[in-house]
Amino acid sequence: MDWYPLYNSLRIALISSVIVFFTGIFAAYYIARLNRVVKGILDVILTLPMVLPPTVVGYFLLLLLGARRPVGMWFQEQFGIKLVMTWYSGIFASAVVAFPLMYRTARGAFESFDETLAYSGQTLGLSNTYIFWRIRMPACRQGILAGAVLSFARALGEYGATSMLAGYTPGKTATISTTVYQLWRTDNEALAFQWVVINVMISAVVLLTVNMLERKNRKEGR
Amino acid sequence: MSLYVDIEKDFGSFRLSTRFEAGEEIMGILGASGCGKSMTLRCIAGVVKPDRGKIRLDGITWFDSEKGIDLTPQKRRAGLLFQNYALFPNMTVEKNLMAGLKAVEKDRKKARAAVAEMMERFYLTGLEKHRPSQLSGGQQQRVALARILLTKPRLLMLDEPFSALDGYLRWKLEMELMDILREFSGTTLFVSHSRDEIYRICDSVCVMDKGRSAPVAPVKAMFEEPKTVAACMLSGCKNYSAAQPDPGKRGREQETAWVRAIDWGVSLECGQRVPEDISCIGVRSHYIHLISGEIPADAQNVMECRIRRIVEDVFNMVVMVSSINAQSDSHNVWLRLEMPKEQWKAYEEQESAKVGDKIMVRIHPKDILLLKS
Repeated sequence: MDWYPLYNSLRIALISSVIVFFTGIFAAYYIARLNRVVKGILDVILTLPMVLPPTVVGYFLLLLLGARRPVGMWFQEQFGIKLVMTWYSGIFASAVVAFPLMYRTARGAFESFDETLAYSGQTLGLSNTYIFWRIRMPACRQGILAGAVLSFARALGEYGATSMLAGYTPGKTATISTTVYQLWRTDNEALAFQWVVINVMISAVVLLTVNMLERKNRKEGR
Repeated sequence: MSLYVDIEKDFGSFRLSTRFEAGEEIMGILGASGCGKSMTLRCIAGVVKPDRGKIRLDGITWFDSEKGIDLTPQKRRAGLLFQNYALFPNMTVEKNLMAGLKAVEKDRKKARAAVAEMMERFYLTGLEKHRPSQLSGGQQQRVALARILLTKPRLLMLDEPFSALDGYLRWKLEMELMDILREFSGTTLFVSHSRDEIYRICDSVCVMDKGRSAPVAPVKAMFEEPKTVAACMLSGCKNYSAAQPDPGKRGREQETAWVRAIDWGVSLECGQRVPEDISCIGVRSHYIHLISGEIPADAQNVMECRIRRIVEDVFNMVVMVSSINAQSDSHNVWLRLEMPKEQWKAYEEQESAKVGDKIMVRIHPKDILLLKS
């Protein structure tokens, strides 16, 4: 059996969830501070990928990153690399689709944060950076952790946008989800089933980890 | 050592406008909830920015909208004790104290020693590894105070420090806090909605009402001679009537002056010249006395009233009466009398008084508070 789809899926999911982790947190933190109108508009734009069909997201991404499109052409000229139909094209697709999950859960966590903790930190002379990393983030870790795991799981399961951006090339751009579809289409049901089992197992492990972490946190918090 | 505050901030539906000066003393800020007390402290600490005005401590300008000065809260380092104490929930007691000290003491060894000393002084020894959620309300307050005092602030601000506690514990903590405050040399602002706390703890008081601050007054004067209706209400007075100087009676006697209590339909002697701009009078419940038997010849301000309600309180009797001459029969113009239970029992037996009966009450001229709105 060729294990490449597993390896490729995991690296795409890991890299995109790391990207989404930081961008989501910072977007959530700074957008919460903006005035209502701007906040409302940005909120809609950043959440859209969650409710749009992944193929529509893929379409937009192709408009941007495609070989004859502005960003795609710029990268081709400057660095001689293409952004679509490669293994890392999946990262763009997964990151965009998973971003709203991280952004929204982090925002919810930040909104329920007791601002007087930050205020008291400031009056005690603690720097804003210290307050952010050592007080705000730990207090919000439940929500942020949940967001990180959800976005990892979503990135791992991404199919629609990925298939449009990266296509399916065995040993190159194949991921678990695209492989399952390809195998099913070519009547290789037995192998498709194996990949389905692997996917279910990974997802179950991820969710179990979250539950365990949450229980541990709750105990420490007491 | 002095704090000068003169700030304004517009919240749309609510406008904050505070002005006061406090020396090396404990100054109370008294006001109902939502009157802008906490917001004032936050503006002083620098975590909320006022629209306009000035804040100065010991000659150093913290905020000046005209000169564009706005020091960060980190630079001001005002000691602000939050209502919920704001201990960092993810850190142990020891870490909480160390975090506060981080900004002023770089030497870890010295910091540790200072923390240990402070823990002992605040009866916290043994709780080093506990988390805030494992502590009682009193312990949390001590940790929060210790954390603030470790940073050696020159200004201490306490925001309703006892509101999260009840009854007995509240009193115990108040005693502890008094000891700590006595040792603190600098300006202390004490925010509370409890007139009793303010009276016991503070030297002077600034009353706030709907975002506006009244002139600062010594605490005793504020309670004995409140000048405005808002201050009078906060001082615990419960009987009010719209009032105006009584010109009809003014000429008759030279040394006394009269006031017309419009809601009660009577003219009262108040033992002092009545200023033209008063709009209201107040009388405390304990200062309206029942007359039993004959009316003494020298009795002043006798009012004929009808008993409307008799309510038994924990230690007192509360008797609600309405003036016979009152224009309206609304609850708002009823008078509230309060007295020890035995006193009412004796009166009740002697006069066989019950709800609906007519009774005579008197008010001593010096007990009438002349108020501006």
